[in-house]
Amino acid sequence: MNELDEFRAEVAAWLMENRPRAPDFLLPESFMEVGSDRQFHYLRDWQQQVYEAGYLGMAWPQEYGGGGMDQVYQNIVTDEMARLNVPFMTNTIGLNWAGPLILAIGTDEEKQRYIRNILSAEEIWCQGFSEPDNGSDLGNVQTRAVRDGDEYVINGSKIWTSLGSYAKHMILLARTDPHGENKYAGLSYFLAPMDVAGVRVQPIRKLTGEYGFTQTFFEDARIPASCLMGAEGQGWQIAMSTLTFERGAAGGQAGGLSMVVVRVADVVELARHAMRDGRPSIEDPHVRDELVKFLIEEQGDRLCESRSRIPALCSERPGSIALSGKLRGTELRRRLCQFAISLQGANGALWVGDRDAVADGKWQRSYFNAFSATIGGGTSQVQANIVAERVLGLPKS
Amino acid sequence: MSETPVSSAVNFSDEQSMLLDTAVEFFRDTSPMSYVRSQLATETGFAENLWREMVDLGWLGLAVPEAYGGSGLGLAEAVSIAEPMGRHLCNCPFLSCQMAIQVLLAGGDEQQRGRWLPRLAQGAIASVAVIERDGDWSLVRPTCSAIRQDERIALSGVKTFAVDAGVAELLVVSVEFEGEPALVLLENSGLPEGALTRQRVIDETRRSFRLDLDGIEADAADLITSRAALGALAAIRDTALLLITAEACGGTAGVLDVIVDYLNTRTQFGRLIGSYQALKHPAVDILIGLERARSHLYHAASVIGDAELALGALGMAKAQACDAFAYAGDRSIQFHGAFGFTYECDAQLFLRRALWCQYQFGDALHHRKHLADLLL
Repeated sequence: MNELDEFRAEVAAWLMENRPRAPDFLLPESFMEVGSDRQFHYLRDWQQQVYEAGYLGMAWPQEYGGGGMDQVYQNIVTDEMARLNVPFMTNTIGLNWAGPLILAIGTDEEKQRYIRNILSAEEIWCQGFSEPDNGSDLGNVQTRAVRDGDEYVINGSKIWTSLGSYAKHMILLARTDPHGENKYAGLSYFLAPMDVAGVRVQPIRKLTGEYGFTQTFFEDARIPASCLMGAEGQGWQIAMSTLTFERGAAGGQAGGLSMVVVRVADVVELARHAMRDGRPSIEDPHVRDELVKFLIEEQGDRLCESRSRIPALCSERPGSIALSGKLRGTELRRRLCQFAISLQGANGALWVGDRDAVADGKWQRSYFNAFSATIGGGTSQVQANIVAERVLGLPKS
Repeated sequence: MSETPVSSAVNFSDEQSMLLDTAVEFFRDTSPMSYVRSQLATETGFAENLWREMVDLGWLGLAVPEAYGGSGLGLAEAVSIAEPMGRHLCNCPFLSCQMAIQVLLAGGDEQQRGRWLPRLAQGAIASVAVIERDGDWSLVRPTCSAIRQDERIALSGVKTFAVDAGVAELLVVSVEFEGEPALVLLENSGLPEGALTRQRVIDETRRSFRLDLDGIEADAADLITSRAALGALAAIRDTALLLITAEACGGTAGVLDVIVDYLNTRTQFGRLIGSYQALKHPAVDILIGLERARSHLYHAASVIGDAELALGALGMAKAQACDAFAYAGDRSIQFHGAFGFTYECDAQLFLRRALWCQYQFGDALHHRKHLADLLL
């Protein structure tokens, strides 16, 4: 066994030994769906435990609380977390978007101030990009930030704020200059505190009936001027580099799972027990064909990850695999959950909490929740435009 | 599902990488669309000098052991040739020859290998005839028969899809022999007049033949039988699946180029048509189909030496690549509008090739059916 295999075995053993007991309440399926205090505390404690064991931020610099090791170790940990289906890391926005951004372009002071607490989940981060009237059209952000002495005064509203109820900080995109030469020029980027007067957070009820994200209202909220990242007017550019982290198109994330992995193998298992015309669904040729299609797709995406690390096999369109990753992964998940429901016969119409619901309605809930990822962070349709324009070079308009 | 270890790693050596670079350049230079079209109506379907150059580059002996005059590499390296070849719709007997080489390696005896491998490494052409008139893709149920008559073997029946047989020196033919599938190695020069007749095939770059075996005799020493024959048939299947997948991936990339070019030049209603989402989004679907297919392809190439892993990997790769190519070919016609309906438009060449790839050695549905039995 080589060193990496040994490390993998060690990680697997630690995860098996330390994974938290299954709670007696439903856990959220991703960081976007943390809707109750007990869910939040359960997940935060787990992230803290993983960090203290040295399995998070392994490739981040040691001086800021990271492990200073090669990325390959963190990838192994993340793989094992997915394989063993342990709970995900709840501070995802900090770990995978804000954190890598701060490490890439932040000042030393910002790195000292924020990075360690991101890893330990001591301070939760949320993202303030989308607004009620501007979802995918981020350049049109209307929330205002007006400089007043040593402070900025924030007014406006952000929506779909995951973890909004629990966050200590927000990466905030706001307009400092309403008269910029174009809509992008007047935007600025802030590492904004949430615990100041004038910030009000209102939970939003999702299509599943649960709570999970919030709308955040700023009413003359004053934040220190030092929260500005970069210079005024650089907001759009910084937001775009945040999105490359968010969409997984750039490395540097702290690692760890950010959502419950849905596997085709679980649906295969479901098909063994679901009945059609008195026989297990898995004997139905149509069902078999669909399952194999999903297996080919799932394996295809896994193999794309592997191939993307071989430059000679990606030289023609280097960004293609990374830029299409969100589109591929989230749409696959949505369709897979949809298919899992179709295997349940009449029970496909049951919902969470019914005594006869298959797997306690997990697939119905997962299907609904899957839309959070096909919509959030740029809808699949916007993602397709981005891939068409940046990878294939098709015209914008 | 059982927790059998599944390989999800793609490996690619410097050797493969260098070959790929060379082959990409070679086919771009030697097989522009004008060349492809110039070969549509020729007898052989390829230029003799192009084949000679490929032979001189050592590509035909790639998978032939050094002892027989080859370079002792394998099928994984042949993928580096086949993918760019497919991209430029270049037709030549490369695949047929690779299949014959693998037959000899998997099932040939010392005498058969010694007789054929050195010649194949030097560019002698082979053809493999394993399909019959019913079009069944199963390779282990030949109805053409071989019957022992003293020292000789009498053959009968009709094979189809003897690709490149018109220029082949060696024909590898599957037959039923004493109740089991067998292969017979026939020298083309010994065939009677009229045994081979051209088939009309959907892909006009290809040259495929019907082979009438009635009245043809072979020597018993030219038979590959029982276990060796099953191994050789499996080698034909694996080689075909891997290299057709490679050609299909290349073809998909080629037709995607044709599509993107057109979407970036054609204007309607005052806009480049590539700016319409109704065309953009399916173009992205093609790209995603291609990326997944290429990943499956190079994974299959990585595990081709491991029979157990290769079985699933090849089926997945062929299914993914051929569906992706067929979809890309179909959309390429539609996206070209009225021009797409003409013989003049290159899109039709790709659609024809996509259908050829789909229906050689099992379409996507066929492979998924077998994968279901393997994986579910």
